Amino acid sequence: MRPLLAVDGLTKHFPLRGGPLNRTKAVVQAVDDVSFEVGAGETLGIVGESGCGKSTTARLLMHLVPLDHGTIAFDGKAVGAGAGLSRRDLHRQMQMVFQDSYASLNPRLPVAMSIAFGPLVHGLAKSASLARARDLLQAVGLDPMLFANRYPHELSGGQRQRINVARALALEPRLVILDEAVSALDKSIEAQVLNLLIDIKEQFDLTYIFISHDLNVVRFISDRVLVMYLGKVVELGPVDRIYREPRHPYTKALLSAMPSMDPRRRTMDAPLSGDPPNPINPPSGCRFRTRCPFAEAVCADVPPTLTMGHDGRAVACHMLVSGSGHRRA
Amino acid sequence: MTDTPAIAIAEPVEALRRAQQGKSYWKRVWERLRRDKVTLAMAAILIALLTMVIFAPWFTAHDPYQGSVLRRLKPIGFPGHWLGTDEVGRDLWSRMVYGGRLSLLAGVMPVFLALLVGGFLGILAGYAGGLVNSAIMRLADVLYAFPSILLAIAITGILGAGLKNTILALTIAFVPPLVRISEAVTTQARHLDFVEAARASGAGTMRILQYHILSNVLGPILVYATSLISIGIILAAGLSFLGLGVTPPNAEWGLMLNNLRQALWVDPVICALPGVMIFITSMCFNLLSDGLRQAMDVRL
Repeated sequence: MRPLLAVDGLTKHFPLRGGPLNRTKAVVQAVDDVSFEVGAGETLGIVGESGCGKSTTARLLMHLVPLDHGTIAFDGKAVGAGAGLSRRDLHRQMQMVFQDSYASLNPRLPVAMSIAFGPLVHGLAKSASLARARDLLQAVGLDPMLFANRYPHELSGGQRQRINVARALALEPRLVILDEAVSALDKSIEAQVLNLLIDIKEQFDLTYIFISHDLNVVRFISDRVLVMYLGKVVELGPVDRIYREPRHPYTKALLSAMPSMDPRRRTMDAPLSGDPPNPINPPSGCRFRTRCPFAEAVCADVPPTLTMGHDGRAVACHMLVSGSGHRRA
Repeated sequence: MTDTPAIAIAEPVEALRRAQQGKSYWKRVWERLRRDKVTLAMAAILIALLTMVIFAPWFTAHDPYQGSVLRRLKPIGFPGHWLGTDEVGRDLWSRMVYGGRLSLLAGVMPVFLALLVGGFLGILAGYAGGLVNSAIMRLADVLYAFPSILLAIAITGILGAGLKNTILALTIAFVPPLVRISEAVTTQARHLDFVEAARASGAGTMRILQYHILSNVLGPILVYATSLISIGIILAAGLSFLGLGVTPPNAEWGLMLNNLRQALWVDPVICALPGVMIFITSMCFNLLSDGLRQAMDVRL
């Protein structure tokens, strides 16, 4: 089956300029050679620590920042200048919900207008756009009679995030990227919004890319999960199997750091210590080797490739490739 | 008794609906402004002044340019000339009122023109960023390096005196600060998530500017511009005082101040009158701008 979204070799390096001649002093390798596919109707979770490139990946997919290398194909059509799908077309198909529910709404516009803005710029009449906004308010569980003319500061965080979801739906997209969409909410509100997202997915026949650092939430909502570390994909696969039996040492450490309610599942292994290395000049070879308990010489020399197994799981680790030179391989 | 519940339910819902109708930002600003007595008083004084200046013939009995050698430098309260007369015997009250025309014009007009030019350039620089930003901002910096009074004197010195040149000189002097402030607020607004979200909905630059940028930057820019008016009035009067602005025999507060200077020893009170007008007007604009700034600083 053709994937709805196919990403190949996505790369974004941010140059750090400085000095009198504005020369490039260093390069932040925010996203480096990331490839994945999203099937229609599924939810792909993306997890990783802060600064691992999750949000940059989302912005690259939305073409909010130009990408350095790589291709993005939506429904089989390449996206970009001169390609099959223009940016404008892409935005009709793919929308995004941002983390900060307050900053992502214009404080000077009534929320209905914020929702109607997308349809309006795509040529729908103002009255029709506002009518759609009211319908969407209803769909996200807010009474249009009470909420349409309110301003963002008159709403709670959960209500604002519902508005943001409604705004993302206004162009009737097929894929919605949720970038830490529930992370800033209280736990009880978070659950409500998550349930809303699940309902809406069914109702509007959507595909989600769900970005979060919260492993429990990702497990709850995702079909497949992609684990990122310092701009690289380290593991990709069905969520149940990855959570039950992680293969990459980073995924293992990440999951063991996840609080569990079950005493039998508590682990005695020390979780990861320290911060991830600086994405400016990341470690050579495997980027995780500086924190990996199993690192060997080969890890410093050869960057592991993400190899897809027969079971639909992909891992980027030398230990899982026989003949890689790692003693545990 | 039986139909009370229906009313009791219908009424709160209706009331709630009305109460929950969102208040726009400008409505809130107006509500706060209405409670600010000082700002309202300043606005009232300025409106009175403006009316008087615009309808000057209705408020004056004498021709401001008709002098009389017999009635030179008459004191305040002189019959027929309640504010006295100036050094060539012209009615001082008439000259004050007519002088306000040029003084206000020379103070307000440059700010308005600079607001159009500087606001446009600043928002362009802030929104475009990159090379466009660098080009505009470095150019503004060059002008900004000179104090505005020096710049205005230099420009009128080159172009010659006169009302038009005064306005032009002050406009040029006011463009750099307005470019600066517009660029700063636009750059700030451009990086907010809602602008990014607007871009993500496939909107073009003009629509984003229209719906998302302008509504968030015009307030601070306008407040800053009103604070410049008071400086504009002082600078315009200053240029005229130096003989670089409005030319005699036109009535203008700065010029009147210069002419009456000769009579300082004869009647110091009369000499100070144009200065008092400059002071009052400029202070009113200043306090008005402060009040606006406070009213617009609504925490959202």
